[in-house]
Amino acid sequence: MRVPLPRWADMALIPVANVVLALFAAGLIVLIIGENPLKAVRIMVAGALGDSEGVGYTLYYATNYIFTGLAVAVAFHAGLFNIGGEGQAYLGGLGVGLVLLAFDRVLPLAALIPLAVLAAALFGAAWAFIPAYLQAYRGSHIVITTIMFNFLASALMVYLMVNVLIAPHQMSPESRELAPGAWLPQVKPVLAAIGVTVARSPLNLSFLLALLACVGVWAYLWHTPWGYELRTVGQSERAAVYAGVKPGRIIVVAMLVSGALAGFVGVNEIMGVHHRLLLNFNLGYGFTGIAVALMGRNHPVGVVLAGLLFGILSQGGAELAFEIPAITPEMIVVIQGLIILFSGALANFSRPFFERVFAATARA
Amino acid sequence: MKFLAQAAVGLGVAMLAAMPARADDIKPAVVFDLGGKFDKSFNQGVAGGADKFTKETGIKYTDFVATNDTQFEQAHRRFAERGQDPIIGVGFAQADAVGKVAKDFPKTRWTIIDGIANLPNVQSVLFKEHEGSFLVGIAAAMKTKTGKVGFVGGMDIPLIRRFQCGYEQGVKWANPKIEIIANMTGTTPSAWNDPARAAELAKGQFERGVDIIYAAAGASGLGVYQAAVDNKKLAIGVDSNQNYLHPGTMLTSMVKHVDVAAYNSFMAAKNGTWKPGISVLGLKEGGVDWALDQYNEKLITPAMKAKIEQAKADIIDGKIKVVDYMASNNCKY
Repeated sequence: MRVPLPRWADMALIPVANVVLALFAAGLIVLIIGENPLKAVRIMVAGALGDSEGVGYTLYYATNYIFTGLAVAVAFHAGLFNIGGEGQAYLGGLGVGLVLLAFDRVLPLAALIPLAVLAAALFGAAWAFIPAYLQAYRGSHIVITTIMFNFLASALMVYLMVNVLIAPHQMSPESRELAPGAWLPQVKPVLAAIGVTVARSPLNLSFLLALLACVGVWAYLWHTPWGYELRTVGQSERAAVYAGVKPGRIIVVAMLVSGALAGFVGVNEIMGVHHRLLLNFNLGYGFTGIAVALMGRNHPVGVVLAGLLFGILSQGGAELAFEIPAITPEMIVVIQGLIILFSGALANFSRPFFERVFAATARA
Repeated sequence: MKFLAQAAVGLGVAMLAAMPARADDIKPAVVFDLGGKFDKSFNQGVAGGADKFTKETGIKYTDFVATNDTQFEQAHRRFAERGQDPIIGVGFAQADAVGKVAKDFPKTRWTIIDGIANLPNVQSVLFKEHEGSFLVGIAAAMKTKTGKVGFVGGMDIPLIRRFQCGYEQGVKWANPKIEIIANMTGTTPSAWNDPARAAELAKGQFERGVDIIYAAAGASGLGVYQAAVDNKKLAIGVDSNQNYLHPGTMLTSMVKHVDVAAYNSFMAAKNGTWKPGISVLGLKEGGVDWALDQYNEKLITPAMKAKIEQAKADIIDGKIKVVDYMASNNCKY
């Protein structure tokens, strides 16, 4: 006999069990290539969490994953599958870069930060708007259009970087470096100001923006009438129509919010880390955001936790490649892929087992 | 217990392997670009040079393949902290990271390939790809029967336009009437590793009357070479000498000696002759060249060989000036 799982088991136990299963499968692969899986796990965890440098990198990656994870989650609550985080993040970065290149020598940082955040949101949202409109009013499937918009985004960026925004007399398609006054403060100097010493890492204040975004999404989805309408459309479009909600409008709004969230990746990357506009800073974050949202059960708290996990995987994976040469970047991708497989595609793989366990304990 | 013993033995072996054979041995390292160590082209060229060094000296090198741009700085910093020296950064995208880290580790030596970092402990190695491309352009112009030749680039970035621009100049220098059709494989880094798409582009060019295609597209170029075999046309390889891949349809290759750059950096460091600064390797310095070997000698007529060698000598003497796309970001000649 099966009974529905308690809420805590659904929220915590099953995701953790899935990760453990995935790590076990990954461990087998590490064993097959002739390395010690326990050593590999130790290096990954120590590299990601063992010192302030590792933690800094982990949180830096997590910042991006939280943004794109939230983006996917919001769209998902409206019943939409936003595969376009990659392109929306790219455009968000373009917005940040354009604003900062225009004003970095004129305005103070206090004015540049809100401007850059706004630009990231506007550009990301604008890139999501066309697929949203086509889905809402023309019936073009959002999965297809958002995927195509990823390619359009990269074509646009290459054109702009190679032909328009490239700094003169240099090899790579990058803009000039932003004036230091326009850099989003990194955590090292900020903590140094209050007497805490940490190692250098790309972690910057956009991590706070990510946490704020989580609170914002939570409040929006569960504590405003608009969020209620959005979730209603996602659960049942016909019921929503019956309740007087216009699904088309909700779809567009949900995608605008989603695109804006993905666009914030640009704040972290352009304003916080690279301090110039360049190509491919968005690589992979939009797609991984889908896994983050799936794993985080589309809830902001879950997205933060899943974002942290993927941050650990990214940073720990890099450490693994440093320490064990036999483990190549492709192996890291395999390990990450297994975690996505087990927590996404096979999310319900372990559920029957736990349901039986709980049913048995309930009887006992 | 058995497991622990195994681990201990493994650790011991690893430590033995890491022990320097002599006190003055160097600890070289390479940070590869996103294309990966085994791209059969640019990165692999560097790996080949480093492997040759290992083979000759017995000194192993450590490497790391970056998977995003943020990891460049992380990797260089990590290697420097560990005392690796010299460190090679492969590709222009690492120039910025090398510049930052090299400032913090003034005693560590860096070599950046295809990029520039102006520091007293950095060696910047650049290549005049346009000069080598000029020569293979002549080969294409003299060999074509249809009067149309093609170019397939990888990702559309200035560096690849430099290949294209040099090639076009070579073609037009040999025969101004020849038409050139050019395509880029894509706009994302996957354009370096998309042989299927590159093959489609090549087929498209063949259908439009092109009979020779020069590919400067990393691993995507392999698709172009295969398409040339399938359609009984000709292709020109790039970076490494790729003539051997398909003897009979590979007209020649534009060789870019990144392997020599890597090998020289390690060797000079070992021998104590390493010097910082910017070196630009063209035809004169042997940094780029066209490839003539047993695999393509039947395709190259004596007249072609004479004309290409003449142009090569003229470029070296400065009688022919090949316009560099990247000098002004356009291809006016």
